Amino acid sequence: MTYVRYIDRTREYYLSEGYTTPYRWAHFDDIPFTPLRAPLSACRIGLVTTGEVAVRGEAPADALAREVYALPTATPVEKLYGRKESYDRHATTLDDVDAYLPLTRLGELAAAGRIRDLAPRFQVVYSNYSQRATTTVDAPTILAQCREDGVGAVFLCAV
Amino acid sequence: MSLVARHLEANGLPTVVFGCARDIVEHCGVPRFVFSDFPLGSPCGRPFDPVMQRAIVGLGLDLLADAAGPGTTVVTPYEWAEDASWKDRVLTREQPFLEGEAKANWLERKAAARARKAERPA
Repeated sequence: MTYVRYIDRTREYYLSEGYTTPYRWAHFDDIPFTPLRAPLSACRIGLVTTGEVAVRGEAPADALAREVYALPTATPVEKLYGRKESYDRHATTLDDVDAYLPLTRLGELAAAGRIRDLAPRFQVVYSNYSQRATTTVDAPTILAQCREDGVGAVFLCAV
Repeated sequence: MSLVARHLEANGLPTVVFGCARDIVEHCGVPRFVFSDFPLGSPCGRPFDPVMQRAIVGLGLDLLADAAGPGTTVVTPYEWAEDASWKDRVLTREQPFLEGEAKANWLERKAAARARKAERPA
Protein backbone atom coordinates (compact mmCIF):
# COMPACT_ATOMS: atom_id res chain seq x y z
CA MET A 1 0.00 0.00 0.00
CA THR A 2 1.35 3.35 -0.95
CA TYR A 3 1.03 6.60 0.96
CA VAL A 4 -2.12 8.73 1.05
CA ARG A 5 -2.42 11.40 -1.65
CA TYR A 6 -3.81 14.23 0.44
CA ILE A 7 -3.97 16.75 -2.39
CA ASP A 8 -6.31 14.48 -4.36
CA ARG A 9 -8.26 13.39 -1.29
CA THR A 10 -8.90 16.94 -0.09
CA ARG A 11 -9.96 18.04 -3.56
CA GLU A 12 -12.44 15.17 -3.83
CA TYR A 13 -13.65 15.54 -0.27
CA TYR A 14 -14.33 19.26 -0.37
CA LEU A 15 -15.91 18.96 -3.81
CA SER A 16 -18.32 16.43 -2.31
CA GLU A 17 -19.00 18.96 0.50
CA GLY A 18 -19.98 21.55 -2.08
CA TYR A 19 -16.75 23.60 -2.23
CA THR A 20 -16.13 23.85 -5.96
CA THR A 21 -12.87 25.81 -6.02
CA PRO A 22 -10.02 23.47 -5.10
CA TYR A 23 -7.31 24.73 -2.76
CA ARG A 24 -4.18 25.69 -4.61
CA TRP A 25 -1.34 24.04 -2.71
CA ALA A 26 1.93 25.89 -2.64
CA HIS A 27 4.37 24.84 -5.33
CA PHE A 28 7.84 26.05 -6.28
CA ASP A 29 10.33 24.86 -8.85
CA ASP A 30 13.32 25.99 -6.82
CA ILE A 31 14.19 24.90 -3.28
CA PRO A 32 16.52 26.91 -1.03
CA PHE A 33 19.31 25.10 0.79
CA THR A 34 21.69 26.06 3.58
CA PRO A 35 24.25 23.47 4.67
CA LEU A 36 24.80 22.87 8.36
CA ARG A 37 27.80 24.99 9.29
CA ALA A 38 28.80 23.58 12.67
CA PRO A 39 28.95 20.00 13.93
CA LEU A 40 25.67 18.74 15.37
CA SER A 41 27.25 18.49 18.81
CA ALA A 42 27.76 22.28 18.74
CA CYS A 43 24.31 22.99 17.37
CA ARG A 44 21.35 24.53 19.16
CA ILE A 45 18.11 23.16 17.72
CA GLY A 46 14.93 25.19 17.35
CA LEU A 47 11.54 23.50 17.29
CA VAL A 48 8.33 24.53 15.52
CA THR A 49 4.99 22.74 15.48
CA THR A 50 1.52 23.22 14.01
CA GLY A 51 0.00 21.31 16.94
CA GLU A 52 -1.45 24.44 18.60
CA VAL A 53 0.29 23.44 21.81
CA ALA A 54 -0.80 25.11 25.04
CA VAL A 55 0.03 24.86 28.75
CA ARG A 56 -2.50 23.21 31.06
CA GLY A 57 -3.96 25.67 33.55
CA GLU A 58 -2.91 28.72 31.51
CA ALA A 59 -5.00 30.71 29.07
CA PRO A 60 -4.23 29.45 25.56
CA ALA A 61 -3.20 31.74 22.71
CA ASP A 62 -5.99 33.47 20.81
CA ALA A 63 -6.77 30.91 18.13
CA LEU A 64 -8.72 33.46 16.11
CA ALA A 65 -5.69 35.70 15.71
CA ARG A 66 -3.76 32.76 14.24
CA GLU A 67 -0.47 34.44 15.09
CA VAL A 68 2.82 32.70 15.85
CA TYR A 69 3.47 32.30 19.57
CA ALA A 70 6.27 30.81 21.60
CA LEU A 71 6.44 28.82 24.83
CA PRO A 72 9.46 27.84 26.95
CA THR A 73 11.01 24.50 25.99
CA ALA A 74 11.65 23.98 29.72
CA THR A 75 7.89 23.57 30.29
CA PRO A 76 7.35 20.04 31.66
CA VAL A 77 5.95 18.07 28.74
CA GLU A 78 3.12 16.65 30.85
CA LYS A 79 1.85 20.21 31.27
CA LEU A 80 1.55 20.64 27.50
CA TYR A 81 -1.31 19.58 25.27
CA GLY A 82 -2.27 19.99 21.60
CA ARG A 83 -5.41 21.93 20.69
CA LYS A 84 -5.41 21.39 16.94
CA GLU A 85 -8.70 20.10 15.56
CA SER A 86 -7.47 19.02 12.13
CA TYR A 87 -5.59 15.77 12.38
CA ASP A 88 -6.49 12.14 11.79
CA ARG A 89 -8.47 11.64 15.00
CA HIS A 90 -9.74 8.29 13.76
CA ALA A 91 -6.30 6.75 13.51
CA THR A 92 -4.12 8.58 16.06
CA THR A 93 -4.20 10.92 19.06
CA LEU A 94 -2.55 14.16 20.17
CA ASP A 95 -2.29 12.88 23.74
CA ASP A 96 1.50 12.43 23.52
CA VAL A 97 3.02 15.83 22.74
CA ASP A 98 6.39 14.23 21.94
CA ALA A 99 4.85 12.70 18.82
CA TYR A 100 4.56 16.18 17.27
CA LEU A 101 6.85 18.33 19.45
CA PRO A 102 9.77 16.05 20.44
CA LEU A 103 10.98 18.05 23.44
CA THR A 104 11.79 14.99 25.51
CA ARG A 105 13.52 13.20 22.66
CA LEU A 106 15.69 16.22 21.81
CA GLY A 107 16.45 16.69 25.50
CA GLU A 108 17.71 13.12 25.62
CA LEU A 109 19.82 13.67 22.50
CA ALA A 110 21.29 16.82 24.06
CA ALA A 111 22.08 14.95 27.28
CA ALA A 112 23.84 12.31 25.17
CA GLY A 113 25.92 15.03 23.46
CA ARG A 114 24.45 14.50 19.99
CA ILE A 115 23.33 18.14 19.86
CA ARG A 116 24.41 21.07 22.03
CA ASP A 117 20.96 21.96 23.34
CA LEU A 118 17.43 23.03 22.60
CA ALA A 119 16.43 26.65 22.00
CA PRO A 120 14.91 28.27 25.11
CA ARG A 121 11.51 28.48 23.40
CA PHE A 122 9.60 26.65 20.71
CA GLN A 123 7.19 28.23 18.22
CA VAL A 124 3.64 27.32 17.31
CA VAL A 125 2.48 28.30 13.84
CA TYR A 126 -1.08 27.80 12.60
CA SER A 127 -1.83 25.89 9.43
CA ASN A 128 -3.11 29.00 7.69
CA TYR A 129 -5.28 28.91 4.59
CA SER A 130 -3.47 32.06 3.50
CA GLN A 131 -0.03 31.24 2.16
CA ARG A 132 0.69 34.96 2.10
CA ALA A 133 0.17 35.22 5.87
CA THR A 134 2.49 32.27 6.45
CA THR A 135 5.18 33.63 4.17
CA THR A 136 5.09 37.34 5.00
CA VAL A 137 4.14 37.32 8.70
CA ASP A 138 4.60 33.93 10.39
CA ALA A 139 7.86 32.79 8.81
CA PRO A 140 9.71 36.11 9.41
CA THR A 141 8.52 36.08 13.05
CA ILE A 142 9.93 32.59 13.56
CA LEU A 143 13.18 33.52 11.81
CA ALA A 144 13.63 36.57 14.05
CA GLN A 145 13.02 34.54 17.21
CA CYS A 146 15.41 31.79 16.09
CA ARG A 147 18.10 34.39 15.44
CA GLU A 148 17.55 36.00 18.84
CA ASP A 149 17.92 32.56 20.41
CA GLY A 150 21.13 31.67 18.57
CA VAL A 151 19.54 28.66 16.87
CA GLY A 152 21.75 26.73 14.43
CA ALA A 153 19.06 24.56 12.80
CA VAL A 154 15.31 24.14 13.06
CA PHE A 155 13.05 21.09 13.22
CA LEU A 156 9.53 21.74 11.94
CA CYS A 157 6.89 19.19 12.88
CA ALA A 158 3.73 19.28 10.76
CA VAL A 159 0.66 17.90 12.55
CA MET B 1 4.94 24.49 7.56
CA SER B 2 6.83 23.89 4.32
CA LEU B 3 6.67 27.61 3.57
CA VAL B 4 8.24 28.40 6.94
CA ALA B 5 11.04 25.90 6.30
CA ARG B 6 11.74 27.48 2.93
CA HIS B 7 11.85 30.97 4.44
CA LEU B 8 14.26 29.95 7.22
CA GLU B 9 16.49 28.12 4.79
CA ALA B 10 16.54 30.99 2.30
CA ASN B 11 17.73 33.18 5.18
CA GLY B 12 20.59 30.95 6.21
CA LEU B 13 19.00 28.57 8.74
CA PRO B 14 19.12 24.83 7.94
CA THR B 15 15.81 23.01 8.52
CA VAL B 16 14.23 19.58 8.64
CA VAL B 17 10.48 19.11 8.14
CA PHE B 18 8.87 16.09 9.83
CA GLY B 19 5.54 15.17 8.29
CA CYS B 20 3.04 12.57 7.14
CA ALA B 21 1.59 14.24 4.03
CA ARG B 22 4.32 13.41 1.56
CA ASP B 23 2.59 14.73 -1.54
CA ILE B 24 1.85 18.15 0.01
CA VAL B 25 5.37 18.69 1.33
CA GLU B 26 7.09 17.48 -1.84
CA HIS B 27 4.69 19.46 -4.04
CA CYS B 28 5.80 22.60 -2.20
CA GLY B 29 9.45 21.61 -2.09
CA VAL B 30 11.46 21.72 1.13
CA PRO B 31 15.20 21.39 1.75
CA ARG B 32 15.05 18.29 4.00
CA PHE B 33 12.06 16.11 4.79
CA VAL B 34 11.63 13.14 7.15
CA PHE B 35 8.50 11.35 5.98
CA SER B 36 6.62 8.84 8.13
CA ASP B 37 3.76 7.01 6.47
CA PHE B 38 1.57 7.66 9.50
CA PRO B 39 -1.78 9.36 10.10
CA LEU B 40 -1.74 13.16 10.22
CA GLY B 41 -0.89 14.12 13.80
CA SER B 42 2.12 11.89 14.51
CA PRO B 43 5.00 13.27 12.44
CA CYS B 44 7.67 12.35 15.02
CA GLY B 45 6.59 8.78 15.72
CA ARG B 46 3.85 6.75 17.28
CA PRO B 47 2.40 8.32 20.46
CA PHE B 48 3.86 6.79 23.63
CA ASP B 49 6.60 4.97 21.70
CA PRO B 50 9.78 6.77 22.85
CA VAL B 51 12.09 4.30 21.12
CA MET B 52 10.51 4.95 17.73
CA GLN B 53 10.34 8.69 18.37
CA ARG B 54 14.03 8.80 19.27
CA ALA B 55 14.93 6.91 16.10
CA ILE B 56 12.87 9.25 13.92
CA VAL B 57 14.29 12.40 15.53
CA GLY B 58 17.75 10.82 15.08
CA LEU B 59 17.06 10.37 11.36
CA GLY B 60 16.31 14.08 11.24
CA LEU B 61 19.69 14.87 12.80
CA ASP B 62 21.44 12.56 10.33
CA LEU B 63 19.67 14.30 7.48
CA LEU B 64 20.61 17.71 8.83
CA ALA B 65 24.27 16.74 8.80
CA ASP B 66 24.37 14.63 5.63
CA ALA B 67 21.92 16.05 3.07
CA ALA B 68 23.94 16.95 0.00
CA GLY B 69 21.33 19.22 -1.53
CA PRO B 70 17.76 20.50 -1.43
CA GLY B 71 14.67 18.35 -1.83
CA THR B 72 16.04 15.37 0.09
CA THR B 73 13.38 13.06 1.53
CA VAL B 74 14.14 10.32 4.05
CA VAL B 75 11.41 7.72 4.53
CA THR B 76 11.27 6.25 8.03
CA PRO B 77 11.21 2.43 8.11
CA TYR B 78 7.98 2.00 10.09
CA GLU B 79 4.45 0.81 9.33
CA TRP B 80 1.66 2.44 11.30
CA ALA B 81 -0.30 -0.81 11.47
CA GLU B 82 -0.25 -4.22 9.85
CA ASP B 83 -3.62 -3.32 8.44
CA ALA B 84 -3.26 -0.30 6.16
CA SER B 85 -7.01 0.26 5.87
CA TRP B 86 -6.77 3.52 7.84
CA LYS B 87 -5.39 5.04 4.63
CA ASP B 88 -8.52 4.17 2.68
CA ARG B 89 -10.72 5.96 5.20
CA VAL B 90 -8.81 9.26 5.31
CA LEU B 91 -11.00 12.18 4.24
CA THR B 92 -13.96 10.17 3.05
CA ARG B 93 -17.66 10.90 3.44
CA GLU B 94 -17.86 7.85 5.68
CA GLN B 95 -15.14 9.20 7.96
CA PRO B 96 -14.99 13.00 7.69
CA PHE B 97 -11.86 14.76 8.80
CA LEU B 98 -13.84 16.89 11.23
CA GLU B 99 -17.14 15.82 12.72
CA GLY B 100 -19.27 16.40 15.78
CA GLU B 101 -17.73 18.76 18.28
CA ALA B 102 -14.51 19.21 16.30
CA LYS B 103 -16.46 20.33 13.23
CA ALA B 104 -18.64 22.63 15.33
CA ASN B 105 -15.53 24.19 16.91
CA TRP B 106 -13.93 24.66 13.52
CA LEU B 107 -17.02 26.29 12.02
CA GLU B 108 -17.40 28.50 15.08
CA ARG B 109 -13.79 29.64 14.85
CA LYS B 110 -14.15 30.29 11.14
CA ALA B 111 -17.27 32.41 11.64
CA ALA B 112 -15.68 34.33 14.51
CA ALA B 113 -12.53 34.99 12.46
CA ARG B 114 -14.66 36.25 9.60
CA ALA B 115 -16.62 38.53 11.94
CA ARG B 116 -13.42 39.90 13.44
CA LYS B 117 -12.02 40.57 9.98
CA ALA B 118 -15.20 42.42 9.00
CA GLU B 119 -14.87 44.67 12.07
CA ARG B 120 -11.33 45.66 11.19
CA PRO B 121 -10.96 48.99 9.37
CA ALA B 122 -9.98 48.56 5.73
